[in-house]
Amino acid sequence: MALDMEGMMKELRGTYASGKPKSYEWRVSQLRALLKIADHHEKEIAEALRCDLNKPDHESFVYEIASMKSSCQLALKQLKGWMKPEKVKTSLTTFPSSGEIVSEPLGVTLVISAWNFPFLLSLDPVIGAIAAGNAVVLKPSEIAPATSAVLSKLLGEYMDTSAVKVVEGAVPETTALLEQKWDKIFYTGNGKVGRIVLTAAAKHLTPVVLELGGKSPVVVDKNINLKVAVRRIIGGKWGCNNGQACVSPDYLITTKDNASQLVDALKSELEAFYGKDPLKSEDLSRIVNSNHFNRLKNLLDDEKVSGKIVHGGQRDKTNLKIAPTIMLDVPGDSLVMNEEIFGPLLPILTVYKVEDSIDLINAREKPLAAYLFTNDKRLKEQFIRNVSAGGLVVNDTILHLAEHSLPFGGVGESGMGAYHGKFSFDAFSHKKAVLQRSFAGDVPARYPPYTSGKLKFLKALLNGDLVGLIRALIGW
Amino acid sequence: MNYLLSWIFQADLPVAAFPSRAELVPEPLGVILVISCWNFPFGVSLEPLIGAIAAGNTVVLKPSELAPASSSVLANTIHTYLDNKAIKVIQGGPSIGEKLLQQKWDKIFFTGSAKVARIVMTAAAINLTPVAVELGGKCPAIVDSLSSSWDKEIATKRILAAKFGTCAGQACIAIDYILVEKKFSTTLVKLLKAYILSMFGEIPKESVGRIINKNHCSRLRKLLDEPSVKATIVHGGSYDEDALFMEPTLLVDPPLKSEIMTEEIFGPLLPIITVEKIEDSIEFIKSRPRALAIYAFTNNETLKKKLASETSSGSVIFNDAIIQYIADSLPFGGVGESGFGRYHGKFSFDMFTHEKPVARRSFLTDFWFRYPPWNDQKLQIFKSAYRFNYFEIILIILGLKKS
Repeated sequence: MALDMEGMMKELRGTYASGKPKSYEWRVSQLRALLKIADHHEKEIAEALRCDLNKPDHESFVYEIASMKSSCQLALKQLKGWMKPEKVKTSLTTFPSSGEIVSEPLGVTLVISAWNFPFLLSLDPVIGAIAAGNAVVLKPSEIAPATSAVLSKLLGEYMDTSAVKVVEGAVPETTALLEQKWDKIFYTGNGKVGRIVLTAAAKHLTPVVLELGGKSPVVVDKNINLKVAVRRIIGGKWGCNNGQACVSPDYLITTKDNASQLVDALKSELEAFYGKDPLKSEDLSRIVNSNHFNRLKNLLDDEKVSGKIVHGGQRDKTNLKIAPTIMLDVPGDSLVMNEEIFGPLLPILTVYKVEDSIDLINAREKPLAAYLFTNDKRLKEQFIRNVSAGGLVVNDTILHLAEHSLPFGGVGESGMGAYHGKFSFDAFSHKKAVLQRSFAGDVPARYPPYTSGKLKFLKALLNGDLVGLIRALIGW
Repeated sequence: MNYLLSWIFQADLPVAAFPSRAELVPEPLGVILVISCWNFPFGVSLEPLIGAIAAGNTVVLKPSELAPASSSVLANTIHTYLDNKAIKVIQGGPSIGEKLLQQKWDKIFFTGSAKVARIVMTAAAINLTPVAVELGGKCPAIVDSLSSSWDKEIATKRILAAKFGTCAGQACIAIDYILVEKKFSTTLVKLLKAYILSMFGEIPKESVGRIINKNHCSRLRKLLDEPSVKATIVHGGSYDEDALFMEPTLLVDPPLKSEIMTEEIFGPLLPIITVEKIEDSIEFIKSRPRALAIYAFTNNETLKKKLASETSSGSVIFNDAIIQYIADSLPFGGVGESGFGRYHGKFSFDMFTHEKPVARRSFLTDFWFRYPPWNDQKLQIFKSAYRFNYFEIILIILGLKKS
C-alpha cells in the first residue's frame, strides 16, 4: 500500500498547529496509553521479540519492556517539573530585567529505530518526543518485522493517531520519510546510515540525534574480584542480545600476565551461564539474520585470527547461532578488530602495562561506551580523564543505561546528542529564551547620536566599572 | 516498609545496580571549526572562539571575506596573542571555505545564511560532524497601543536603535518588520519619523552604517523598486549605490506577497504592517517561518503570555530589542528556519563540550538474578525490582512467595 507521505505530513502539521500535543493533558494521556500497551500486551511483545531475535523472555522483560515502562513512568512523574520554565538571573547590563528559559516542542518529529532492541529503541525516543509535546512518526526496523508489526498494531489502537503514527517499511519507505521536512530526526543504528540521515536532514536544516555504536573496549586490571568482573562482562556481552548491542563490550584489553587467568575465568562462568553446549542454550539470542551471520562467520574465518580462538567458535547456520567465542592476541589489523563486532565474538588484546590500554583505545574512533575493571584509584582517574567515549563505567558494563539521571549518547563516530530521563525531553524541545524588560530604567547612552561621553559610559557599564560609570555620569 | 527499603536501595536506580555512583565529566570535543559572518565580524568570531577555548578545544576560525579589514585584524592579533599551535585563523573566500569543509572536524559552528548552512551541514555529514547553525529570519516587533508618553518614547528609540542603529539593519536579530494596530499606526509612524531625525540627524548618510557591498545594496534597492511597494513608502526611500548608502525607510502595509515581506530584509527598510486587533499579530507570526527573535512592546500581561506560549522563535523579548545578545544567562540561538544550537555565557562552553557520564560500581554486591541461566524465580525478582517492590523480593528469596 503506497503511503501518502504528503497527506500524512499535512495531517501531522495540522494536528500540531491545533495546539493539542502541546497540552499537558494530551502528553499524559499518550504516555499512559504507552504504559497500557506494555502492561496489557507483555506476552505478545515478548513473542514478537522471540520471533525476531530468539530473545529470551528474561531479556525481553528486563531490557525492553521494563526499561520502557520505567522511562514512561519517570516521564509521567516528572513531566510537570520538566515543563516548568526555568528562571535565570540577569545581570547589571540588562538591568532592570527578568529572564527565563521556556521549553517548547519542536513540532513534527521522526524516530527511526533499530532491530536489536526493537521495542525499547522505538518507544524510548517516542516517549521523549511525546513528553516534549511533539507529533511523532516512528519507523521501526524492518529487520525485526514481528516487533515492527506489533508496534504498528498496538500504537494504532492505543495512541492518538492524528499525532502519533507508525510507518513500517524498508529502504524505500525510509528514503521517502527522509525527504520530508521534520523538526527533529532521532536515529538509532549504524554510522553508514547515520551519514545518509544527516545528509538528508541537512537539506532542511533539521537538527538530528544519532545514536550509533563503535567498538566499546573493556580494560581488565589485576587484583580485582575476577569472578564478579567476568560475570558482569558476560552479562553485558552475551547476556544482552548475544553481543548485538551498541554498548556491548566489544573487545577486552588486559596485561600479558593476566590473560590466562582472565580466559579461564571467562570459560568457567560461560559454562555456568550457558552450559557445556551453548548452541543448545535457550538463554542466548540468535544472530538476527543470515546477512549478519555470514558477516560474523567471515570475522571468525579470517586467517589472521585462525590460531587465536581459545574458546567456542562453533556455529549452527540453520538456527543462526554462534557459540560464545573468545580470541586471544588477535592482530590489530584483523577483520574482527576493524569493525564493530555486534555479535558473540570477544577478542582479547594484551599489553605489557595496563596503562598502555588507554593509548590503544584512543588510537581508535571514540566508542559509545568504555569499561574498566580495577581497584586502582589512580588508574580509574587516568582512564576517566583520558578516555573519550559516549559514557564510561567502572567495574561494570552497560548498567549506566539504567541510570536516568545520566545522558545516553555518543561522541565522534559513536553519535551526537543524548537522551534518557529528562535528556529525552530536552532532546525534543526548543529552549526558548524569554527576556522581560521594563520601560523604566533606560540608558540613553545606547541611542544615537553617538558621542564620546556616551561611549565612555557604555564601556564603564559593560565592564562593570562602577567608578568609571560615575565619572562618565558626572562628565569627568 | 517499601519506602524505607527504597531509600536504602536508592530507588531511582534498579536494585541490580546498587551500590553505585554517577557523575558527568565535561570534556572537549577536539578540533573545532568556526565560520563567522560579515556583519558583526568581531563579536560573531570571538564569542564562539571563547566557548571553544574555554571547553578545551583547538580551533580554526574562518572570518568572512566580505569584511576583509576585520578579518585581517583578527588574523594578526590572534596569531600574536594566542597559542598558534592550537588556535588558527584562516582567511579566504568560498574556495578556502570549501577546502576547510573537506577536513574532519569534531564540531562546526556556522553563522550566516541558510543557503550556506545547508552546504556546511551536508559536508559535515560525511564525517558525522555535529554542527550548530546560527541563521536569521524575519524578526517581527509587535507594538501595542502604548498610552504613556515615556513608554512611547522609549519604545520608539529602542525600535529605531534595533533597526537603523544596528549595522543599518544588517543583523540576524534586527527588527525586520513591525506589527501594529490600525488605530495606533499613525501615531507610531509620527514618532518613528521624529526620532529618526533626532537620532540620525538631517544627513543620515553620516550616522547610519553603510550597506556591506554593491550586491546587497542592489538587492535592497530591488525590494523597494517594486511599484506596489514603492507606493507604500512613508519616509525615506532614497539611496546612493556608489556610496553603499540606503536611507532609513519606513513603509506602511506593503503587499504581503512582495519580496520585502517574504525575504529577510537585512537592511534599513522597515515595513509597518497594520492589523485590526493587536492579538491578530500572533496569528500573523504563527503562519510564518520561525524567526530568531520576536519582540513585543506592550504592558498587556495577557498579550505577553499569549505571545510567549503560542508562538515559537529563538527567543522572545518584551519592551526592548537586540539586548538579549548581552544577556549571558539566556541561551542565544534559533529554532526551525532560524537555526539550531545555542551559545553565549555557559552555553558556549556547553556547545563545545561532550558531557561524559561516568558510572562507578563496587565489587561488593553482585546480584545473582542478573545472570543466566534464566528461570521463573529470577524473572519474578526482576519484575518486583522494577516495581520497586523490595519486600516482595525478600519474600521470593526466602522462598515465601511462589513465582
